[in-house]
Amino acid sequence: MSSFPEAVYDIFTSNSTYINAALFGGLLAFAATGEWVAERAGTLNISVEAMLLAGAFTSAVGYDLTDSVVVALVAGILGGMLVAAIQAEMSHRLSADQFVVGLTLNILIFGLTGFLDREIDPATKTAARWTVPILNKVPLIGKALFGQPWPFYLLYVLIPLSWWLVYRTRWGLELRAAGENPQSADVSGIDVNRRRRQAVYYAGLTSGLGGAFLVFVQVGRFDDSIVGGRGFIAIAAVIFGGWTLRGTILGCVVFAAALSFRLSIQGLGYQVNNELLQALPFLVTILGMALFAHRVRPPAALARPFVRGLR
Amino acid sequence: MSTGTAEVAPTSKTWRRIRVGEWLVLYALSISVALLIAGTLVEATGGDWLPVLSALLDGSVRRPGRWGETLGVAGPLLLVALGTVVSAKAGLVNIGQEGQLLFGAAVATYFSFLIGGPGPLNVVLILLFGAIGGAAWAGIAAGLRYWRGVPEVLSTLLLVTVSIQTVAYGMRWEWLLLAPQSSRGNRNQVSKQLASNNRLPRPEIFGNEFPLTVYIGVVLALLLAFGLGRTVWGLRLRLLGHNPRVAKRCGVSEKVFGAGALMISGGFAGLAGGAMLAGGGFSFGNYQFMTGFSDNIGWTGLLVALVVRERVFLAVPVAFVFACLRTGSSFVGSTGVEGRITDVIQGLLVLALLIPPAVMVLRNIRRARAAATVRV
Repeated sequence: MSSFPEAVYDIFTSNSTYINAALFGGLLAFAATGEWVAERAGTLNISVEAMLLAGAFTSAVGYDLTDSVVVALVAGILGGMLVAAIQAEMSHRLSADQFVVGLTLNILIFGLTGFLDREIDPATKTAARWTVPILNKVPLIGKALFGQPWPFYLLYVLIPLSWWLVYRTRWGLELRAAGENPQSADVSGIDVNRRRRQAVYYAGLTSGLGGAFLVFVQVGRFDDSIVGGRGFIAIAAVIFGGWTLRGTILGCVVFAAALSFRLSIQGLGYQVNNELLQALPFLVTILGMALFAHRVRPPAALARPFVRGLR
Repeated sequence: MSTGTAEVAPTSKTWRRIRVGEWLVLYALSISVALLIAGTLVEATGGDWLPVLSALLDGSVRRPGRWGETLGVAGPLLLVALGTVVSAKAGLVNIGQEGQLLFGAAVATYFSFLIGGPGPLNVVLILLFGAIGGAAWAGIAAGLRYWRGVPEVLSTLLLVTVSIQTVAYGMRWEWLLLAPQSSRGNRNQVSKQLASNNRLPRPEIFGNEFPLTVYIGVVLALLLAFGLGRTVWGLRLRLLGHNPRVAKRCGVSEKVFGAGALMISGGFAGLAGGAMLAGGGFSFGNYQFMTGFSDNIGWTGLLVALVVRERVFLAVPVAFVFACLRTGSSFVGSTGVEGRITDVIQGLLVLALLIPPAVMVLRNIRRARAAATVRV
């Protein structure tokens, strides 16, 4: 049995740690980016878990039908958007409570995908691996960031795109206004609930992609326990990051490191209390929020429904 | 968690009749759409909806003895839902009942073998320890919420996994929860069985036996309805839920009442866990604690609470319906359709029941606005 510092050194120099962290982080980043947009518009969208799961399932079915990963990704987006449609229309067109809708969706989609998976059982595989020359050779992080199956690289487009949409377009400005001060936004002619619906749809899009990512990059097959609460870790990453995109991605990296640590330490043959390891990512998430949640300011109207004339 | 409603005073009897009609039509419509979707799903995957329905009824109420089984499930569901109503009244979203229930049951198990009083006292203590365990687990989330600013929506949920792992750790040691080798044989993850005088009585009515949990639930529902509707505590809680600012002005401490509500909510879930342990039955491990003991009762109880929102008495029939779906699901497997269809039905039903109130809120607002314009 080697000592603790040696174990830490082993973990930090092992390639698999970084590859696993990139995979977990990729999933979290897909979900958290959309979640961040939804939260900036004022929806604490807890159905992100359901969006991931639905996206994972529909993408698996899409691949099963057509044998094409591209079609599968589109199907994943559609799956995520379907859940988003229910969440958005029920909580921002009708005025159902967003938490109640989100929770119900989480439970419904879990049952639905479990049921359909047993009945259909779609066959899938991992997507083709693309390695970026030169960058791929960077020690430690090279393989993790530039030697992945190709859907991983969508992140490099998605994250800057989301930043540009939210901070550099009129749509983004209106969306942030809907999240900060819906009454003023309404008075200046912005359709608050419409912007909020659009933001939730955007979360559905990215989370649906995230679900497909989970199936075609990380796991290779569909299972109803595939998401396993990581949608909630993505929400925690947004809070951890203080509702900035930079912070959110940092949160994804930190939580992904905890998830990857769990795999690596067992993979390298160290004996650690299994229950502690299983709970570790969740403990790190809770701890991270406990340390940082009170230092940051959420969008002022986060999780408050908007009905004109009512405050 | 509350959505503002603009109430329009009905001007006449006909008015009121129209509105009741609207409610009924809306509910009938949305529930039948939900059932239609579920039926279509069964048909689309090669099943037949009629045998599935028949199996559901057989498993929940029609076969002899199934009433008792269903009531045995309905009891803990009701308890979990009642607790959730308390936290919802204070405007908090507790979604970690599954973990609170499991931890409560584990605490109850641990103490059940330390206490050595007379039987009836022991049973009360077991239930009490269950409630304390659940409240303590929810207390972590309450502490994080009010002293560290962590939203309880997330912390309660993340703590479910932590609870499962904590209890799994306890199951590894004989001095905590695990039964000694001699009494567990080759089964791995079980605790000792409760002594026969430490169990909740299971009276038999018309060939159906079920534990006292249901009665406890109904009595607590009555108490809770009184407490929330007729006491200063209830008023303060509602004040906090409706408008924290006003509550602060009125001297209602958000920390004390919010944290209290969350802990009461966890306490109810833990009580359900203790009652499942002491109440026994086929569904809940025969007076023994084991891994996976909570068996989704926390989640389903949460669904019941989502349907009833803040109406305490409604929880009784809704808990029964959801218990029927659960006990019925074990019979569905024989029809060749995956038993998890009942999870889908539950989810669809809850979504369907959310729609009518949401539609009515919008209609009321529109009407209020129309009435206001006419007056001007």
